[in-house]
Amino acid sequence: MPAPIRLRELIRTIRTARTQAEEREMIQKECAAIRSSFREEDNTYRCRNVAKLLYMHMLGYPAHFGQLECLKLIASQKFTDKRIGYLGAMLLLDERQDVHLLMTNCIKNDLNHSTQYVQGLALCTLGCMGSSEMCRDLAGEVEKLLKTSNSYLRKKAALCAVHVIRKVPELMEMFLPATKNLLSEKNHGVLHTSVVLLTEMCERSPDMLAHFRKLVPQLVRILKNLIMSGYSPEHDVSGISDPFLQVRILRLLRILGKGDDDSSEAMNDILAQVATNTETSKNVGNAILYETVLTIMDIKSESGLRVLAINILGRFLLNNDKNIRYVALTSLLKTVQTDHNAVQRHRSTIVDCLKDLDVSIKRRAMELSFALVNGNNIRGMMKELLYFLDSCDPEFKADCASGVFLAAEKYAPSKRWHIDTIMRVLTTAGSYVRDDSVPNLIQLITNSVEMHAYTVQRLYKALLDDISQQPLVQVASWCIGEYGDLLVSGQCEEEEPIQVTEDEVLDVLEGLLVSNLSTPVTRGYALTAIMKLSTRFTSVNRIKKVVSIYGSSIDVELQQRAVEYNALFKKYDHMRPALLERMPIMEKTASNGPTEIVQTNGEAEPSVVEAKHPPPVTQPTNQANDLLDLLGGNDVVPVIQTTVPTKPASAGGELLDLLGDLSLSGIPPMTAYNKNGLKIDFTFERANPNPNIAVITIHASNSTEADMTDFVFQAAVPKTFQLQLLSPSSNVVPTLNQGTVTQVIRVLNPQKQQLRMRIKLTYTHKGSAVQDLAEVNNFPPQSWQ
Amino acid sequence: MIKAILIFNNHGKPRLIRFYQYFAEDMQQQIIRETFHLVSKRDDNVCNFLEGGSLIGGSDYKLIYRHYATLYFVFCVDSSESELGILDLIQVSCSFVFVETLDKCFENVCELDLIFHMDKVHYILQEVVMGGMVLETNMNEIVAQVEVQNRMEKSEGGLSAAPARAVSAVKNMNLPEIPRNINIGDINIKVPSLSPF
Repeated sequence: MPAPIRLRELIRTIRTARTQAEEREMIQKECAAIRSSFREEDNTYRCRNVAKLLYMHMLGYPAHFGQLECLKLIASQKFTDKRIGYLGAMLLLDERQDVHLLMTNCIKNDLNHSTQYVQGLALCTLGCMGSSEMCRDLAGEVEKLLKTSNSYLRKKAALCAVHVIRKVPELMEMFLPATKNLLSEKNHGVLHTSVVLLTEMCERSPDMLAHFRKLVPQLVRILKNLIMSGYSPEHDVSGISDPFLQVRILRLLRILGKGDDDSSEAMNDILAQVATNTETSKNVGNAILYETVLTIMDIKSESGLRVLAINILGRFLLNNDKNIRYVALTSLLKTVQTDHNAVQRHRSTIVDCLKDLDVSIKRRAMELSFALVNGNNIRGMMKELLYFLDSCDPEFKADCASGVFLAAEKYAPSKRWHIDTIMRVLTTAGSYVRDDSVPNLIQLITNSVEMHAYTVQRLYKALLDDISQQPLVQVASWCIGEYGDLLVSGQCEEEEPIQVTEDEVLDVLEGLLVSNLSTPVTRGYALTAIMKLSTRFTSVNRIKKVVSIYGSSIDVELQQRAVEYNALFKKYDHMRPALLERMPIMEKTASNGPTEIVQTNGEAEPSVVEAKHPPPVTQPTNQANDLLDLLGGNDVVPVIQTTVPTKPASAGGELLDLLGDLSLSGIPPMTAYNKNGLKIDFTFERANPNPNIAVITIHASNSTEADMTDFVFQAAVPKTFQLQLLSPSSNVVPTLNQGTVTQVIRVLNPQKQQLRMRIKLTYTHKGSAVQDLAEVNNFPPQSWQ
Repeated sequence: MIKAILIFNNHGKPRLIRFYQYFAEDMQQQIIRETFHLVSKRDDNVCNFLEGGSLIGGSDYKLIYRHYATLYFVFCVDSSESELGILDLIQVSCSFVFVETLDKCFENVCELDLIFHMDKVHYILQEVVMGGMVLETNMNEIVAQVEVQNRMEKSEGGLSAAPARAVSAVKNMNLPEIPRNINIGDINIKVPSLSPF
């Protein structure tokens, strides 16, 4: 059998292949030759064959049949064999194959070899792919080598130890004694890997962390020497002495100093020194500075130092190198919560980064900009952000739009500005806004009562331009439905009112219904809007016609709506005006700012539009807290729920079942209080969705000859309950039983305990203020079981 | 932790592949392809960090790459340990060190050197990065250690026969693609034109 070809020969041959198929053919031929050579147990050429195999493996061809050969090479005495054998083992083997365990003995022997380079090979292999079993077996050898004076071996042993600890964390203790004088080494390679080892140990074990805190002074000294020492040609990278070691030490200092005052103080000086003295013209200088900044931010540093750090980051933003800018933006994002004011100073630079060409930088800048928006800079920032929204890639638009909405909600300087901003977002990025923004916007619009005319006019004009962006269309059609009368009457104060006729409006809405661009949801909005206009416009016949056409629509949703609206026109025409009245102001279920108290009639208007609109919710006032003070009770806690669970309103299903939830459930009413002519009765219902909630309506009546005015009813319940008071029908209890004041209380009783209540009544009677407290214990069992 | 170090040329052909985390063979090739795909699209002016890609390790990872002449040097770094890119900048410098070392070992390294001395490149890398962590950054040290080991190999006869033969083999080849000018950061290396053969 002729000698197997050399590696270079093979490479040359393969490179002459013109097609993939040709290459494959050559490789297969060579593999066959190699296989037969392996079978012959040829010791001389084994190393050559394995080298070729590794080359073919790199190109993507299977080479597993060489695994055992690698082991044979490792066991050989020749250095050449061992070298390629270990390399082959690292590239071809891993702990999933049982074969790898056969290496353990070889490695053990080689760890004790007389030649340091063989020992080095063994350490390298163990440190790269040693399995947990191997690590357990050989940890002792590694630990021995960690204490050797040979720096070449010591540094490799350190990294090998890191690998061992990662694989078998319990062995960490074993390496502790060897770490004692690691830091007194002069050799930078050893220092570097030692710091890595110490870092690994500190990250894994809080005990180790506490133990190694005493090393802080030593680390500071080493760092100082690095900075102060003159030019050292060996470790110099672009004029800085061993930046890798500096970075590693800074990182370890960060871990040691976090949360510890003494350590943090010990490092303050050196951090300030590094921060001010490091040369920033080259990449490595910036790497060190960056690491320093991160350390300063993480430990308990003085505020002066923190400001210095943030200013460094700000300087980074102006750097030409994109890497630096990217990294600076990322760090600023992390620190903006804690050091908000310091970061604010760099706001204009950050905003400039929005215009950068690089996608990663743009994204960071956008997130940071949103974090920096506050009441003072909202106008300026919003201008930049809206401009960004116009020109950015689609992947950003959704996030940017949401961010704009959030920021506008928090900091809008005026209602008009807010609505203008929303309009701008809807018209520029309308298709990218999230689904939940539509109901949010509608709620916002209803709240700005004085802007209704302006809003509907702007929305109408937007619709005339473009009906493709669904969220815009949905909001617009809802508004036109609600405020169409304002639109045609031309009442707008904010800007020049436009002349619109009813027919034009109906044209637009009908256009939405038939357009291919409209989604079914949008069509639903449009149909409902048209219906609402029947009470606001005069051309009812046209509306009737439209509605009846859609009674036979294929879309089931539309069909159902149309049929029910038809019914409204026919059988229930008397209810139509009431039902299609102007919507009351909606309270948000979860808002960021202080909630407002809104008075309604206490009758929920059934929402015939999307179920997303929450029914009007009133806020119980702070009076319940006063009740608690007065009672001084420890066990009685009025817990005020600020939200009402949204009843999922099926579209139109509740139209005819207006009071569906409030069916009387057969619990007998009771008298809770009867004194001085004031009688309070409780009637009970059960709220259907949740059997644990009892709905109690109080009826207060007055049998004296004078009215009771300023009547306020408060209640408190034991801790296991939760209570919600809705607003009363009025606060005057008319004289001589001519009327009652009603108020709804909802009690959540998850543990089904006996209901008890303390009530407090205040009113003015015949000119004098009356106050009374009472306990109500006579609840019928059915009310709480 | 460095998950992988990949060197490939402008056409995506691998020149050196080293994984520090286990991946099946076909996975490895897929990673190489995807990395090349991601990196080759990048303009030369954008930053050297790439996020995204979900192939390596399942979770997110960062690519730090440098383009030298006809070669891409790519470090795939664990982004969770990188935490805001702690090591990113320094890794860029690390690749620089690696290239410089290669340069010293091969005397004005070019792509062909990497092609024909794949094993040597691995050995050099082994002295710089071990187990996914940076081992040594002093170039003189690295070069010295590699040279000693190379001499040991030579004294045993090496992989091939006498090295002189290998050189002659190289000389007899068609070498169509010698890059004339290699820009490695601050160093401008001019490749000497070989005597006609």
